[in-house]
Amino acid sequence: MTRSIALHLGLIAALVAAGLMLPAYHQGNLARILVLATYAMGYNVLFGYTGLLSLGHAMFFGAGMYGLGLAMQHGGVPALPAFGIGLAAAAALSAIVAMLALRTIGVAFMIVTLMFAQSAYLTVLYFGEWTRGDEGFVLQQATRQIAGLDLTNPLIRYYAALTVFTAALVITARMMQVRFGHTLIAIRENEERTRMLGYNTQAHKFAALVISGTLAGAAGASYALLFGYVGATFTSVQYSIFPLLWVLLGGAGTTIGPFIGTLFMFYLIDTTSGFTNAYLMIVGLVLVLLTLFARAGIMGEVRKRFAPWLP
Amino acid sequence: MSVLQTKGLTKRYAGLTAVDGVDLTVETGEIHALIGPNGAGKSTLVGMVAGRTEPTSGEVWFKGENVTRLPAHARIRRGMAYTFQITSIYNQLSLLGNLELALRDSDPAKARAALDRVGLADRAEQLAGDLAYGHQRLLEIAMGVAQDPTLLILDEPTQGLAESEIAEFNALIASLAGDTTILLIEHNMNVVMELAHRITVLETGAVLASGAPAEIKANPEVQEAYLGHADA
Repeated sequence: MTRSIALHLGLIAALVAAGLMLPAYHQGNLARILVLATYAMGYNVLFGYTGLLSLGHAMFFGAGMYGLGLAMQHGGVPALPAFGIGLAAAAALSAIVAMLALRTIGVAFMIVTLMFAQSAYLTVLYFGEWTRGDEGFVLQQATRQIAGLDLTNPLIRYYAALTVFTAALVITARMMQVRFGHTLIAIRENEERTRMLGYNTQAHKFAALVISGTLAGAAGASYALLFGYVGATFTSVQYSIFPLLWVLLGGAGTTIGPFIGTLFMFYLIDTTSGFTNAYLMIVGLVLVLLTLFARAGIMGEVRKRFAPWLP
Repeated sequence: MSVLQTKGLTKRYAGLTAVDGVDLTVETGEIHALIGPNGAGKSTLVGMVAGRTEPTSGEVWFKGENVTRLPAHARIRRGMAYTFQITSIYNQLSLLGNLELALRDSDPAKARAALDRVGLADRAEQLAGDLAYGHQRLLEIAMGVAQDPTLLILDEPTQGLAESEIAEFNALIASLAGDTTILLIEHNMNVVMELAHRITVLETGAVLASGAPAEIKANPEVQEAYLGHADA
């Protein structure tokens, strides 16, 4: 328990320090990684801990992004309440999707979430007059501030991203310490047994999906606010697959795995694309090697080999 | 007073009637064995009692309450416990982890005490999936017992257990008698005869006979249908 607290505090402390020490380029990268890792952490709640594979999380990311973006762009809502609208949009959408999609399991659940996300993507395109479709829209620099803090300033932006990331990390880490989190793992391991031990598994899966979708929405809203752009690409199927890859790489069902996976993948692409056009081939090769030799993901392997206490 | 009562409980699957109008009464504190040839509908019947299977018609009454429409988890919360015919535990969790989930309580002392009851306390930290089959079976029974249920439903608990393990199992179940009402599906007639206070015999989904072990043993219909070739 204390080792786990030390690990999480250590990670946060390292990231606080990194904000001051990193050169501008990497500081910008890391800010982006922190927001995307928040998305991955949200995904991990459902996939890594509850064992439900969604292929449609981009719709929740998009709900947060468009909830905030449209409110600011067309409603003239200030950044902080607009962030609240983004969260509410993601929470509401995930509750609706949960009610319908959780009637299915396994492959059917994957297909249903994929279909919902595709509908969300098409909805964004359909209302192109407001959303500007694929082209997207840019949030005015002057509106991107909270309590007088200019979120377009790289250093402030970095710490804003770190704040969102820390909140998500604390929420998920804490969740996995309490009975609710243990029950999610129990559902992942053996749902029928869990039901027959007196747990309302359906209600737990519903809550897990809403928490997962809302965290994804928080990431989407943060992304729009911090990087100033809202576009349909972020609701496309590609963005539903990314968090799955990040979580698988970093270690599904570990608290910091999603961050490690996002960091690793981001820099893998960044580094390899620096010296060859065929960087996706190298990325693919590395992914194949990892899935062959580290099937539990980076932190999953660390847990298996060195640190069974890892949350 | 009866803990459990089923009234005309029936389950039909497209053309096949698995359970046909069963009236079963289980009295408080008794060990009630449910026997019958394969396919007689025993597992389907207890599945409907526990809420895993939805009945086509009929009612289930538990502690004086009609629970027919209640989902399984709500019945468990009201004091049922259920062990699966095919061992169903958390392979990737430690024995303690398994028991903590069963107890719905994260107090390791209680989980240890429950493991101690089936003699698995010294393996508390092991992964359940690494246990030998017989021990996995005992773990599953321990998870049911740990819930301190009013009614413990055991679906073929001794299947695959060695003779020595069966003796331990009998001792465990006998130690529960009085406090816990037990509904036991069992093929091993030695276990049934040693433990059961009352036996209900099912055949092709219907009750063939119900009574004390001696009566059942003496019943010519039962001998014809079941005992004759199962335990010669």
